[in-house]
Amino acid sequence: MTNYEDDKDHDHEHDHSRTFQADHAEPTSDGARIGLALRELLIEAGHYTAEEEQTVIAAMQDASPRDGGKIAARAWVDSEYKKRLLDNGAAAIRELGYEIEPYEFTVMENDASTHNVIVCTLCSCYPRSLLGMSPAWYKSATYRARVVREPRSVLTEFGVNLADDIDVRVHDSTAELRYMVLPERPVGTEGWSEAKLAALITRDSLIGTQRDLVLS
Amino acid sequence: MNAPLFDVGQRVRIHDRTPAVHHRVPNYVKGQVGTVERVCGMHGEPEKFIRGDGNPRQRIYRIKIQQENLWQEYQGSVRDCLEVEIFEHWLEAAE
Repeated sequence: MTNYEDDKDHDHEHDHSRTFQADHAEPTSDGARIGLALRELLIEAGHYTAEEEQTVIAAMQDASPRDGGKIAARAWVDSEYKKRLLDNGAAAIRELGYEIEPYEFTVMENDASTHNVIVCTLCSCYPRSLLGMSPAWYKSATYRARVVREPRSVLTEFGVNLADDIDVRVHDSTAELRYMVLPERPVGTEGWSEAKLAALITRDSLIGTQRDLVLS
Repeated sequence: MNAPLFDVGQRVRIHDRTPAVHHRVPNYVKGQVGTVERVCGMHGEPEKFIRGDGNPRQRIYRIKIQQENLWQEYQGSVRDCLEVEIFEHWLEAAE
């Protein structure tokens, strides 16, 4: 193993920090510094290149809830597609040209008697490859701890007031699955184009912290 | 690919143990009984991977637990549930 402290050939001609996310603040916590140091070692040891890392970061940043919206809208207008999406989310999403390796993708459908909501209590697993970066509250200890224990109260705070006869299913993303909620198609959208339907779908409705979509 | 040990709808108990390494079972479901909601694919076992013991693959199941069994003070419908992904080696058949 190379001892980088004593490695006189390692003169830092290359700027390690430049290839990291440019808008990140300088790391101040021990954890952040250790993370950056580990990243430099992995790159220097040849496990991956800084360019490959940038490609992955860019792909995550390019993903957005609009992609999730397009998938949900397709399911609304094509019942056979919806069946495939609920049965094997990853395969059905790949049909539309989205790359979501390596996770199993699970789509949970809201209906008149069921409301689904997603969380990751252990860390902050989120379908980033499909929905882009997660909102700050999704990563907060408060959301993660409370939505499994008192989902109805948390949903009320998001403006979702569920009647008693609507069951809540909370999905804790603890391992290798990623989730997306398929919201209910709003009444009054009969005959709408797929694109117009997709534009109704919000990030929070795909996480489950919104239930009713607003007609625009 | 190994045949799944558990079937959809089967009642299973999640082991109540805390290995001193990274594992993907939250404390609040340890010891709980639920039913298999769906049988998922094979994935790397976190405990072995983190120890450097290779990356053996294990079956994952989605386990459905009724909220009223999880939290004594639970406020909501008796049908409200929580679903969580658990590796096969954390499960045993339950009555």
